[in-house]
Amino acid sequence: MRKKLNELNFEFKVQNPKDFPAEFLHYGVVGSGDMEIIMEKKPLGGAVKVKVLTPVIGFEEVWRRVLNRFVNDTGIANASIEINDCNATPVVGSLRLRQALSELKEVGNVQ
Amino acid sequence: MSEPRKWDTRKTDYLERMSGAAPYIGKGKVVAAPDTTKVLEAAIRPFDRVNIEGNNQKQADFLAECLKKCDTHRVHDLHMVQSAVPLAVHLDLFEVGIARKLDFAFGGPQAGRVAQFINEGKLQLGAIHTYLELFARYFIDLTPRVSLVCAYEGDASGNLYTGFNTEDTPAIVEATKFRQGIVIAQVNKLVEKVSRVDIPGEWVDVVVESPKPFFLEPLFTRDPALITDTQVLMAMMAIDGIYAEYGIKSLNHGIGFNTAAIELLLPTYGEERNLKGKICTEWALNPHPTLIPAIETGWVETIHSFGGELGMQRYCEARGDVFFLGPDGTMRSNRAFSQTAGHYAIDMFIGGTLQIDKYGNSSTATANRVAGFGGAPNMGCDAKGRRHCTEAWLKCGAEFVSQSEYLGIMPRGKRLVVQMVETFGEKMAPAFVDKLDAWQLAKNANLPLPPVMIYADDLTHIITEEGIAYLLKCRGLEERMAAIRGVAGFTDIGLSAKPEETRALREKGIIRTVDDLGIDTGRANRSLLAAKNMYELVEWSGGLYDPPVRFRNW
Repeated sequence: MRKKLNELNFEFKVQNPKDFPAEFLHYGVVGSGDMEIIMEKKPLGGAVKVKVLTPVIGFEEVWRRVLNRFVNDTGIANASIEINDCNATPVVGSLRLRQALSELKEVGNVQ
Repeated sequence: MSEPRKWDTRKTDYLERMSGAAPYIGKGKVVAAPDTTKVLEAAIRPFDRVNIEGNNQKQADFLAECLKKCDTHRVHDLHMVQSAVPLAVHLDLFEVGIARKLDFAFGGPQAGRVAQFINEGKLQLGAIHTYLELFARYFIDLTPRVSLVCAYEGDASGNLYTGFNTEDTPAIVEATKFRQGIVIAQVNKLVEKVSRVDIPGEWVDVVVESPKPFFLEPLFTRDPALITDTQVLMAMMAIDGIYAEYGIKSLNHGIGFNTAAIELLLPTYGEERNLKGKICTEWALNPHPTLIPAIETGWVETIHSFGGELGMQRYCEARGDVFFLGPDGTMRSNRAFSQTAGHYAIDMFIGGTLQIDKYGNSSTATANRVAGFGGAPNMGCDAKGRRHCTEAWLKCGAEFVSQSEYLGIMPRGKRLVVQMVETFGEKMAPAFVDKLDAWQLAKNANLPLPPVMIYADDLTHIITEEGIAYLLKCRGLEERMAAIRGVAGFTDIGLSAKPEETRALREKGIIRTVDDLGIDTGRANRSLLAAKNMYELVEWSGGLYDPPVRFRNW
């Protein structure tokens, strides 16, 4: 039987936001200890909405901090992010977000 | 007038014991396997100090099993002095009362039972040592009366060939035999003439051909297929921020995937950084299979090994310019010498741990396992007796700001001692903690001190996925603790960091983040590894590396 996944929802807003520079971005795989990230441009009044699907319970606060730092570091806005987590540690989570960011840098306009 | 003192009681005692064993000894020093227990009953007396050879690699497992079969009326309350207790039989001896007291260095898989037996009063713990420290005590206050050792080959005169897995044998035999003790050897094969004399026959009393070859654990084999992208990232950070920064030429790598990743990045990332010949040329290291690509591409000049690694023998023999080979063409490892080399003659020790506390003390001890640390603390410390200079040692000493508080203006070098950890380990266990589990273990197992692998005052650098903390550049404990918090990520310790404090440490160069180091995280993935699985290691070795069955997945 499949274990039920927990859904966590977050919303962040930063000062001096930059519009999400691509229409759509997919990064990573849902392997054990890993996660995938799907980012989409969406008119959210400058906000970033994140939905995390994870089998792990009790790490909502850690996820919030990992994501908050990512949004603050990049300054992105008007984006919807979906994360499908398969027991990734915050270490892997941060790395995957950074790597997704570096793909965005190659696209162009996020600093 | 009093009786004049006798000065040869040890020798008389030795002769008495051996005459008891004589009926079972056949041609020369050979005993048939089924008579082994009888020989042990004759040779060993209650309360003797006894060594069963075994470390994290080879094991005198047959002799251990025979000791367990001894009549407990004749053999009991032994004081075991031995490197490691990784086999079930080692602890069974305490269960049945043959052994009572233990002085050791490494528990391995039996670490849980060691703690349990201490609690139940079945095992009296002397101390947990490092390998070298325990060998030292063999020559001072823990000299074995009887030692049970193992070898590949033996002949009827007692000559032993220990070869690739010589490991602890010379230290144990010398300490035992030169204090008129008894040395009993199990050998895989009884031969007419041994391939090479590693232990002279005069120093051995009994040779037994064991029914099965001695057990050998491939402890230092890491499958590259299990290395993660995060480990690749940290390996890039280590190469740029430590190896290249200090010009680390001589070193030891601990066991683990982090350092395996570094080994596999030398021919790729290291090569593109133009570091060949500038770093990682001389090693005190077991024959790590993951070092094969670096050896094959000419990075490595020399490797002296503590022990042999299963499957690496033929490869080592074919790379005679790199490894230490005898005139017969086979390698000889030697734990005592390699640990001495690792203590005195290397620029850097880098390894992993389970926990680092907020002060920088680190330990792999958990609340219910008395595991010990083997050799890590010998290398994971500053060798205070060291006097020779290398570039890396001098630079590390020059950056160690607290030194002047003790030495005034006198310059001195320092060993780099680096801990490399992800901020969260298995099952989301934080690597950075307020208090080490070692404190709880000390309480549970009634130890006088919490077992610490590397003390904060020896630790010079911490690498996490967040950045490198150059602890040696910190003035005082407060600044060190702030530097540790600054690289501790999303652990509770990391979350207590003050952003402005961390920023100031970055400006001082005490913390360097991934960005400060100029590393492109986009490149941090497994494609940078010179070999991505076991099969590619075999290919790199030209078919000379022969991995153990459990690592053969193709």
